[in-house]
Amino acid sequence: MELRPQIPAGALTDKWERHRAEIRLVNPANKLKHHIIVVGSGLAGASAAASLAELGYDVSCFCFQDSPRRAHSIAAQGGINAAKNYQNDGDSVFRLFYDTVKGGDFRSREANVYRLAQISVDIIDQCVAQGVPFAREYGGLLANRSFGGVQVSRTFYARGQTGQQLLLGAYQALSCQIAAGKVRMYPRTELLDVVVIDGRARGIVTRSLVDGTLATHTADAVVLATGGYANVYYLSTNAKGCNVTAIWRAHKRGAAFANPCFTQIHPTCIPVTGPHQSKLTLMSESLRNDGRIWVPRQRGDQRPPDQIPENERDYYLERLYPSFGNLAPRDIASRRAKEVCDEGRGVGPGGHGVYLDLRDAIRRLGRPVIAERYGNLFEMYQRITGENPYVVPMRIYPAPHYTMGGLWVDYNLMSTVEGLYAIGEANFSDHGANRLGASALMQGLADGYFVLPYTIGDYLAQAKLPKVDAGHAAARQTETEVAERTRRLLLVNGRRSVDTFHRELGRLMWDRCGMSRNAAGLKEAIQRICVLREEFWQDVYVGGRGEDLNQSLEHAGRVADFFEFAELMCHDALEREESCGCHFREEYQTPEGEAKRDDARFSHVAAWEFTGVGKAPVLHREPLAFEAVHLSQRSYK
Amino acid sequence: MKLTLHVWRQAGPSARGRFVRYDVPDGSPDMSFLELLDVLNQQLIARKEEPIAFDHDCREGICGACGMVINGRPHGPQRATTACQLHLRHFADGAEIWIEPWRARAFPIVKDLVVDRAAFDRIVQAGGFITARTGSAPEANSILVPKPAADLAMDAAACIGCGACVAACPNASAMLFVAAKVSHLGLLPQGQPERDARVMQLVAQMDAEGFGACSNHGECMAACPKEISIDFIARLNRDYIRGTFL
Repeated sequence: MELRPQIPAGALTDKWERHRAEIRLVNPANKLKHHIIVVGSGLAGASAAASLAELGYDVSCFCFQDSPRRAHSIAAQGGINAAKNYQNDGDSVFRLFYDTVKGGDFRSREANVYRLAQISVDIIDQCVAQGVPFAREYGGLLANRSFGGVQVSRTFYARGQTGQQLLLGAYQALSCQIAAGKVRMYPRTELLDVVVIDGRARGIVTRSLVDGTLATHTADAVVLATGGYANVYYLSTNAKGCNVTAIWRAHKRGAAFANPCFTQIHPTCIPVTGPHQSKLTLMSESLRNDGRIWVPRQRGDQRPPDQIPENERDYYLERLYPSFGNLAPRDIASRRAKEVCDEGRGVGPGGHGVYLDLRDAIRRLGRPVIAERYGNLFEMYQRITGENPYVVPMRIYPAPHYTMGGLWVDYNLMSTVEGLYAIGEANFSDHGANRLGASALMQGLADGYFVLPYTIGDYLAQAKLPKVDAGHAAARQTETEVAERTRRLLLVNGRRSVDTFHRELGRLMWDRCGMSRNAAGLKEAIQRICVLREEFWQDVYVGGRGEDLNQSLEHAGRVADFFEFAELMCHDALEREESCGCHFREEYQTPEGEAKRDDARFSHVAAWEFTGVGKAPVLHREPLAFEAVHLSQRSYK
Repeated sequence: MKLTLHVWRQAGPSARGRFVRYDVPDGSPDMSFLELLDVLNQQLIARKEEPIAFDHDCREGICGACGMVINGRPHGPQRATTACQLHLRHFADGAEIWIEPWRARAFPIVKDLVVDRAAFDRIVQAGGFITARTGSAPEANSILVPKPAADLAMDAAACIGCGACVAACPNASAMLFVAAKVSHLGLLPQGQPERDARVMQLVAQMDAEGFGACSNHGECMAACPKEISIDFIARLNRDYIRGTFL
């Protein structure tokens, strides 16, 4: 396997424009002859499918939900960044680029990030034209707010439902193309494998979640927009259906998997209440703009928060990071929360929580202003916890939220399998070791609206693609393997439910490969994953039939893939003997407990090659060169 | 908490359905309603019985996937709350709870509590969008949107497409859903060029799908987890009349 990043020559600022001028175009008359499969209908998938269809390609789009509008992008709350500099506060494309590279702790590719920052401004134009109801000033101009980890106000938002509104914009653009007959939509349909013929991605095998029918769909290119894998931890802020299956099966067919251990643990989630917990809910970190985070100074202080006087509270982020305070980046805010809880100063049941207190802001600005800014978040919090955050400070705790790792892609977003693309959260490319707030929506839409629709043409224009159909031997073989795997899952007929296995795996990953990691723990985790995986295949009980709507079977397939993937994640975390961004190795920290990077040894992307289940994966390194940015120790003090 | 559930079980679209009684001895007030079903399903799986099929995904009240009629009310008794956000603290210990799927001709039952809501997608496909090809947009701030219009459009756009409005309506009407989309786009300057055609197309598709008409019961607004106002239905009617004469 060879990694060819395909980064265009020339100055950083000119690369994208020059590349666009130089890449090959597909003759408009030929576009309809190219069938493109898009898997996933979130921000990246829906925007790509719509834009490709507008260009004239023949597009099929797949999602496992009952409607493309339900993809998990819909749950993003806070906002989307763009370097518009509408606030006249010194923002620019370069500053957004710089913040993103620095926020990612210098583990992302400069050229990709610069392109992202350039495109950010076009995204806002596009979304406004579609009718996304962004927040406005009284004069009718767009409003902005500042958001986690940066010092300019560049975030566009639609109340606390920015992801929903952007996704509905993309969904409506997609609907327009479906109605025009240019996109065939397959809801309630799950990808179970990728068909690779002569080294090129030529299709997918899917299962209908309604009646279990397996089908092979062939195409000239396959685009995976299938999101992240935070559900490997079982408890995360992801939707229940989010899974690693599509990118994992692609990995098993030859696509390198990059930086799988880079997983973001979001600092502001509602704490766990009991063993029944099925998922965790995020509270937008925009709350950190006005909220102050604290725990009692004393361990085991059981007093209610309003009885703890000011001088007995520890506003630990303000104390440790005077210049960024409560707005310190996500990785830092999460780790510090874990630290104070591990010291026994956590609050709430089980001591796994810290206060996020808006008391001072309510006093300063008045309740109506706070209600206008955060009303819907407060309601959500109250619905879940039964507590009124206007009166009692919210309790929060970190939870897995986003995964920076994903399929390795080149500058054109193509994986190491020709004709197989990965966009949005499914790829690794832009966020390095830590993603900044309001950047996921930006990246998903940048990839889907403005990058992939151009770059895929470069491939289609030159690739020699003989006609293939579902009858091709390789396609039939792949479908047979999928059928066999499904049959095997049903045949085990053991004693334990899929859910219990998933929970056990999740707990193990959270303990050993979560917010902080060490070599001994990771080695132990790898062994235990293998044992647990064996047990899964011998003792799982799925029940029901394959030819039916069978949610237990869907879950079983996804958990089986998580079991294989989890091992790779631990290998990656073990191999990266440094701390950077969200990847905190306890052995590598400064005396103040900050992440200690090792640029001499680890300034690279770790791209893994699959060699077999339970076999050691092979590591390939893509060195990262920084020309425009000076590598520094991140400091938010 | 001990709870007694009566859950609608139906093996497939044409199978005969019935309520089945289940006792759940280990509920907790901090549990969400879907977590209660998870717990029950784990019990069923342990007995090698078929778990209850139900749609769900984000479990934070925004994806619109979940939906079931709980004690006769779509999404259950709590105001502005989806089933996934409904917590058991709103039920008394020992309560008896009846759980059914959405019931509407335009939402055929797939299995148990799962229904097919593709009709909503087809309504949006009929014209619930602003045509704006990628790349053709003008500079964002060249389109001024008065704040009240943007806020009102956002109120309408908050619809999650769950279908509770249809389930609540004695006529199984989709007027609130259609009104929300028509209003969201029709309130914005960007939505003006297609405004008249849009309302006609959406209403025609709504009728073609077999949804009933609105007779001002207001049940839809009461059931809506996003509290979308029936004022938008008035707006829809006005736009429809406007579209008819233009």
